Amino acid sequence: MDRRLKVAIIGPGNIGTDLMYKVLRSPKLEMCMMAGIIPESEGLKRAAALGIAATADGIGPVLERKDIVVVFDATTARAHLQHAPLLRQAGKIAIDLTPAAVGPYVVPAVNMDEHLDSLNINLVTCGGQATIPIVAAVGRVAPVCYAEIVATISSQSAGPGTRQNIDEFTQTTARGLEIVGKAQKGKAIIILNPAEPPILMRNTIYCEVQGSCREDDVRASVEEMIEQVRTYVPGYRLRVPPLVKGNLVTTMIEVEGAGDFLPTYSGNLDIMTAAAVGVAERLADHILGKKEVVADA
Amino acid sequence: MPEFIRIVDTTLRDGMHSVAHQFTPEQMATIAAAMDAARIDTLEVSHGDGLGGSSIQYGRAAASDEAYLRAVASVLTHTKLAVLLLPGIGVKEDLDMAADLGASVARVATHVTEADISEQHIGLAKRRGMEVMGFLMMAHMAPVEVMVHNGKLMESYGADYVYVVDSAGYMLPPEVRERVQALKAALNCKVGFHGHNNLGLAIGDTLAAIEAGADIVDGSLRGFGAGGGNAPTETVVAVLKRLGIETGVDLYKIMDAAKLVDQFKTQPKQGPDATLILGYAGVYSSFLLHTARAAERFDVDARDILIELGRRRVVGGQEDMIIDVAYELAQKQRATR
Repeated sequence: MDRRLKVAIIGPGNIGTDLMYKVLRSPKLEMCMMAGIIPESEGLKRAAALGIAATADGIGPVLERKDIVVVFDATTARAHLQHAPLLRQAGKIAIDLTPAAVGPYVVPAVNMDEHLDSLNINLVTCGGQATIPIVAAVGRVAPVCYAEIVATISSQSAGPGTRQNIDEFTQTTARGLEIVGKAQKGKAIIILNPAEPPILMRNTIYCEVQGSCREDDVRASVEEMIEQVRTYVPGYRLRVPPLVKGNLVTTMIEVEGAGDFLPTYSGNLDIMTAAAVGVAERLADHILGKKEVVADA
Repeated sequence: MPEFIRIVDTTLRDGMHSVAHQFTPEQMATIAAAMDAARIDTLEVSHGDGLGGSSIQYGRAAASDEAYLRAVASVLTHTKLAVLLLPGIGVKEDLDMAADLGASVARVATHVTEADISEQHIGLAKRRGMEVMGFLMMAHMAPVEVMVHNGKLMESYGADYVYVVDSAGYMLPPEVRERVQALKAALNCKVGFHGHNNLGLAIGDTLAAIEAGADIVDGSLRGFGAGGGNAPTETVVAVLKRLGIETGVDLYKIMDAAKLVDQFKTQPKQGPDATLILGYAGVYSSFLLHTARAAERFDVDARDILIELGRRRVVGGQEDMIIDVAYELAQKQRATR
């Protein structure tokens, strides 16, 4: 018997397509449907060619499929605000890759356990996925009073949505640093770099801690966290290990994409699709595990 | 030659880099009042990296954006108050705050290839009735036609002026002339130039820009901007007077204002060589003090750091790359010792 969790993706753009390839690789997920609104969409064609049900009729066909448990939304914040209540009514769990923030912010390596029963999960931003784990790791050693992150991404991997709403990125990431990273105050800066060949996504994480901390302790905690993130983002790695100067801890991270569909330099996009799959796999363990217990009883 | 050139003084914004963002609101007010008395057209007040720039990455300012703007706005009688905003660092709420406090000019800056991140901020500033100047930073890093395309984007969002910004003090006068001419030919809005003196060319570049049709140029008192500084405002006024170009600025009084910044003028620890290398390598001028600090902390040559940053084509705002490069150089040094 197939013990995989049935999922669908809404939004067959670059992100949705990359996500589809990751779902197909997952032993815990079953890719059941790809939904869009443009019949000519390349993403829909790719899904159909792989034998996956593909529809250009929007969210409707996804809602009708009773067997689909989890729906990834890779559309836009505005579209997700309409999708969220429909998915909820249909009893489906939404994993939201847009900045809509209907549900709680989730970073799989940090706070997944708190939201296993949530019907809507938001993935903050790419900068948040890349930096919040480090803030949380530093916070395990000493409370973080202020966390500031600088995310530098290649111009080629910043889509029109990010460009037109750049404040949304900085403000949402800053809130994520506070809510999920548990920093008392967060600040985020984003920089686009047009260099050719495109640079990998880089993140600098500054944490001001209360009191003092030993560099060895911080390094151990951060390295452990990085291993955790690498279970779902293999291209996530340390560039400069935590350097402690007074109460300031500076860490630099680099993210290389898996190259499923998007180019490897788009680590910023890859970390979102990888986190989405990471969340869905945890849900698969949680939901299917629960059913097993019921069945055994 | 034109009859009139508008001058924007950026001592209280670009000069913030030179004091590691430590001007007090009172010091700003004193300097601003002297410039107002000299009838400088417009002066810019912000953290060196614009509104919201106070950070670990760029350095914390001695006071809040609000405190600086309040202090300066209260002493201005004729001079227009400008603020700088870099999308990705500052946000729309910062611009709203500045407009509320009396800023009437918004300077919205992006890397020369990334103008499309400025649409919302330029739009907001226009809705608030502000004059908008779009800044194409690190202009030397893109081909002329790419720069022009980005200038057109800023104009389409509502910019009243588009600037060629030589953030690295890298450009030679013929390069300035080519870029200003290209923008003048392609845009309907006015065109400006903001330079840095890293190669000792700020005044020459400014003149080249004016010859090529620039309507507006930036300066700072004593050239008190980042890196090797900007064109000294008082010198620009004097040079333009000799050319018979009106600026509306009183030469003696702007010279008096310039005296006020002498107390802050300090020679960078690495000496003038690091400044020269900024211009030579094409690196963002505000990296100077951060590089000097990293060179000391990791015991490496500041010039090596700057040359490597130039090679990596680092853009404005990437101050964290200084640590990255210095750390890597230090690791290499250790391995070879």
